[in-house]
Amino acid sequence: MSTNLHPGREATAEKGWLAAHKWLLLRRASQLFVIGLFLVGPLTGFWFAKGSLAASMILNTLPLSDPFIMAQSFLAGHVPQTTALVGAAIVIAFYMLVGGRVYCSWVCPVNIVTDTAQWLRRRMDIEGGVRYSRRTRYWVMAMTLVVAFTTGTIAWELVNPVTVIFRGLVFGLVFGMGVAWVVVLAVFLLDLFVGNRAWCGHLCPVGAFYSLLGRTSLLRVKTGRREACDDCMDCFAVCPEPHVITPALRGADRGAGPVILALNCTNCGRCIDVCAPNVFTFTTRFDDKVDSHARPQSTVLSREVA
Amino acid sequence: MVSDKPIERSRVNNRRRFLADTARITCGVAIFGLALGLYSKQGRSLPATALRPPGALSEEDFLGACVRCGQCVRDCPYPTLGLAELGGEVTVGTPFFTAREAPCEMCEDIPCIAACPTGALDPGVTDIDDARMGLAVLVDEENCLAFLGLRCEVCYRVCPLIGKAITLEHQRNPRAGMLARFLPTVHSDRCTGCGKCEETCVLDEAAIKVFPIELAKGKRGSHYRLGWGEKQKAGKPRVSGIIEPPSRRPEARL
Repeated sequence: MSTNLHPGREATAEKGWLAAHKWLLLRRASQLFVIGLFLVGPLTGFWFAKGSLAASMILNTLPLSDPFIMAQSFLAGHVPQTTALVGAAIVIAFYMLVGGRVYCSWVCPVNIVTDTAQWLRRRMDIEGGVRYSRRTRYWVMAMTLVVAFTTGTIAWELVNPVTVIFRGLVFGLVFGMGVAWVVVLAVFLLDLFVGNRAWCGHLCPVGAFYSLLGRTSLLRVKTGRREACDDCMDCFAVCPEPHVITPALRGADRGAGPVILALNCTNCGRCIDVCAPNVFTFTTRFDDKVDSHARPQSTVLSREVA
Repeated sequence: MVSDKPIERSRVNNRRRFLADTARITCGVAIFGLALGLYSKQGRSLPATALRPPGALSEEDFLGACVRCGQCVRDCPYPTLGLAELGGEVTVGTPFFTAREAPCEMCEDIPCIAACPTGALDPGVTDIDDARMGLAVLVDEENCLAFLGLRCEVCYRVCPLIGKAITLEHQRNPRAGMLARFLPTVHSDRCTGCGKCEETCVLDEAAIKVFPIELAKGKRGSHYRLGWGEKQKAGKPRVSGIIEPPSRRPEARL
């Protein structure tokens, strides 16, 4: 596959820079907002969110907790208290609605690191690297559960970059992160040089767990105007999980619906941003309508003129 | 069936590749898991200076229950509790305190336990006096000022359970003959392990230190019975018919 150094260039030309980066900007804002919520307390004394991604208390009333860590704790032989269980139930319900891996693209701080690595990798035209199946993450997930069970400790939390980095940001007030910076660097270098989308797309057991929560999620991306697709491949270049696009976008001949139902679509919306003919939209999983009058004329023409 | 051969070969190749890929992934992940498991075993030993918050389950259970969210640290009104950082000696992300630097101030409402969402800090501990964060041990009788015959008593005075967890035992000073020594003595049934004594010990290096209970306490074999204890429990001598030997002390002759 030839690398696409500047995906989204056409979309920027056609829709304007802001519209071609809308979801990306919203996503970054969301990720920083989450970190900000936890920083308000230590900085101002008003505790909007207390704790970390593992478990937190919002406005001293609403408990939230990570169901994956709770599952490990349970396997390690501890039955979490009601507060933690209620928190986990709320989180599970939320991600079952909006898509499990929304956690990855809208909340997780590691995503900022790996997206940056991916961007640089593209700019520096780094190709190849270690190749292994994207299903590896499910094996890693199973491994973390087995290790929790056999050692009786939440062992994954010793190395989990998601919580290590988030805790560093929130308890070290960003600059006092200390050794957690090493984890940031490690994930960054892994994704830059060792393999394409190596961490979030292949290894991370947290993402694997959340992907399972998204099995029935209501919010999905749809390739409603797939007939307008001009095969520019920009969406494949920016998508953190490009394999999820194909069945919907290219599935018309096989009678496949236009909605991207794959578990690992992170609902990041970057495909919506970079698509000049506006093939993609956010919708519900039941919205199967295809815009059959879509034709790629305008885009093709404008590109030829340019 | 010559025409089937290439298909057959590609099927075999596919199977070979599938098996090789599966082996690659499972072995890679298994090695990673093994390393993680061994690392977690090593991370289980708490350094002797690190104390867990009040109500913390036993270290082994604690590491399966604490999700490292840090809410106890946030609700600790003193600079006592902190989260273990990556690369430190204490299991990363878990709460602890160091008595010599900042001891537990023993808040009556125990906000750290109230903040814990998982029960890693046992909500059954409702009276802070029942907390057992560690146990104070007078580790250095050679340098403790009280043992040298000075009236220091600082650890005794700062103890939140003064006269209960630490008492002063009077003793004749063998060096100065008639003078007394007032020896601080810790009682494990009352000491909460808050660390105030260690923090305030006036020496450059504290002579009294708080250790995790497993380190601080010995354990008798279950076969040891204390004769006087058994006697008290039974309300009478355990063996009847023992003849008291005649006393030959001077007062007996009176």
